[in-house]
Amino acid sequence: MSLPVDAFTPLQHELKAEVINRPSTTLWQDAWRRFKLNPLAMGGLVVLSAIVLFALVGPFFSHFDYKTNDLESVNLFPNWVHPFGTDELGRDILTRVMFGARISLAIGFGSVLINLTIGIFYGGISGYLGGRVDNVMQRIIDIIFSVPDLLYVILLMVVLGSGLGNIFIVLGIANWVPMARIVRGQILSLREQEFVLAARTLGAGTKRILMKHLLPNSVGQIIVVAALQIPAAIFMEAFLSFIGLGVQPPLVSLGSMAASGRLNIPSYPHSLLFPAGMIAVLMLAFNFVGDGLRDAFDPKMRK
Amino acid sequence: MARYLIGRILSAIFVIWLVVTLTFFLMHAIPGGPFSSEKVLPDQVIANINARYHLNDPLSKQYFDYMNNMLHFNFGPTFRYEGRTVNDLFAAGMPKTGALGGLATVISLIGGTVMGVVAALRQNKTADYFVTFLATIGISVPSFVIATFLQYYVGYKLHWFPPVGWGEMKNLVLPAAALSAYPIAQITRLTRTSMLDTLNQDYIRTAKAKGLPGYVIVFRHALRNALIPVVTFLGPFFAYILTGNFVIEFVFNIPGIGQFFVTSISNRDYPVIMGTTVLFATLLVTFNLLVDMAYTLVDPRIKLTGRKEA
Repeated sequence: MSLPVDAFTPLQHELKAEVINRPSTTLWQDAWRRFKLNPLAMGGLVVLSAIVLFALVGPFFSHFDYKTNDLESVNLFPNWVHPFGTDELGRDILTRVMFGARISLAIGFGSVLINLTIGIFYGGISGYLGGRVDNVMQRIIDIIFSVPDLLYVILLMVVLGSGLGNIFIVLGIANWVPMARIVRGQILSLREQEFVLAARTLGAGTKRILMKHLLPNSVGQIIVVAALQIPAAIFMEAFLSFIGLGVQPPLVSLGSMAASGRLNIPSYPHSLLFPAGMIAVLMLAFNFVGDGLRDAFDPKMRK
Repeated sequence: MARYLIGRILSAIFVIWLVVTLTFFLMHAIPGGPFSSEKVLPDQVIANINARYHLNDPLSKQYFDYMNNMLHFNFGPTFRYEGRTVNDLFAAGMPKTGALGGLATVISLIGGTVMGVVAALRQNKTADYFVTFLATIGISVPSFVIATFLQYYVGYKLHWFPPVGWGEMKNLVLPAAALSAYPIAQITRLTRTSMLDTLNQDYIRTAKAKGLPGYVIVFRHALRNALIPVVTFLGPFFAYILTGNFVIEFVFNIPGIGQFFVTSISNRDYPVIMGTTVLFATLLVTFNLLVDMAYTLVDPRIKLTGRKEA
């Protein structure tokens, strides 16, 4: 028996389950939504923004200069004119903390930018090419990793000489290994996925696949590592300042202020307290934000 | 196992060789000789100094001489301490650095574990918040600041322990406390997280259901597994104890290797810088090898094979 075609009418199905009732969220919206729910991370972000503002804009509102000596107001305790007091050369500590924070932040961001570049190149190539190239590149990383970074940071600083530019370079090339490892791991797992196969089928070249598909998908992890490396770089600069290899006067960083304020602690503890406190707050804020970002980008945390 | 060990030892030797070589050439890449920052000297004096320290030899000969000396644990003369060799400095500094590092290791491992366990068992209670607060300070304040505060307030103001000096056990307390501030904080955080994780496992519930007393559950069942992540931190931990010494010995004026190293940096005393780098790198590579082997002892799930997991 046969039925005419008109006997069939499409079923007007209104299956509720099929309807997408929420707008799709991008990776960024998703991460930001989870980040917002984390009070520690949000607190860190607020404090961090405040410090950045303080460091960038603060000096314009200050009546003092960070490097001009004023020998008539030496070692003043905190007062109305100098809220943080003055140091042994009569320089306003508040203004110096602002400038120091500026330099320390610049060192943190600048050196991470350098190791980010090296790490992405190295890890990207190693992960994408795989095989023997990857093997050799990973052995090299293992070797570099087995020597504590502090030792070769000191060696390189001794060889290159202290100074802001060299600190950027040395801290930048000291910390690229963890970044390269993360990038490689991401690329290794991503390149086996179907969308890469699809892209290749459509004729996309290596460069395009790396730049347009693999790296954008690893951005979350890269940001997490970078956010945790910035405070590490600031910390290391403080150490370098302490052993005399950091930024040189008249330039100040928070680390170099703390290192010189240390000597005045018996009589003028404020000259150590303010820069050291600033370092601690900065470290905490960065670490909270970094931890928050890690939770926000970690797929395992997705609910 | 044997194959893995031989491979690891060979690669460790290779790493040490690489460090020695890089250190040597980096030090020689510095423009000007080690004595060029001195006041102007007569040519004859400079020639004599260069001859005395073999600085006129071709670089390749200097390199092979240096390697040969390294093989015999001979780190050469210092440039600043007349008549003393780097070996003399190491021999004088090693016991001090070793005692300080050893005490700090004990404090960090025991203190960190105990604090982590307490925090985990009292999760979200006062003890947990207090421990977390201490750990937060440990990771966010530079060690030279902590050392200075301890030295001045606990040592000088409160007179609890001598602020400087060397010789007696009580001299070691403040430096060791300052040196362990950072690692103790890290170990506490690691132990706390991993302990919380372990306490939620099914076998702990089984142990509780069996009616075992609390301390047996904590020490026999939970802690042993919770410590595995702490073992993975041991490598960086030893690195920190060694390099952290630079700051602590300098602040507390302890004539150990760390203090020699920091002074040698400002003195541009290259043989001491090279010797310390090589010594510390060798120690660390050895430590890391031992730590890797320790994994198999604490975690039977890890098997050492000749191949590394990708």
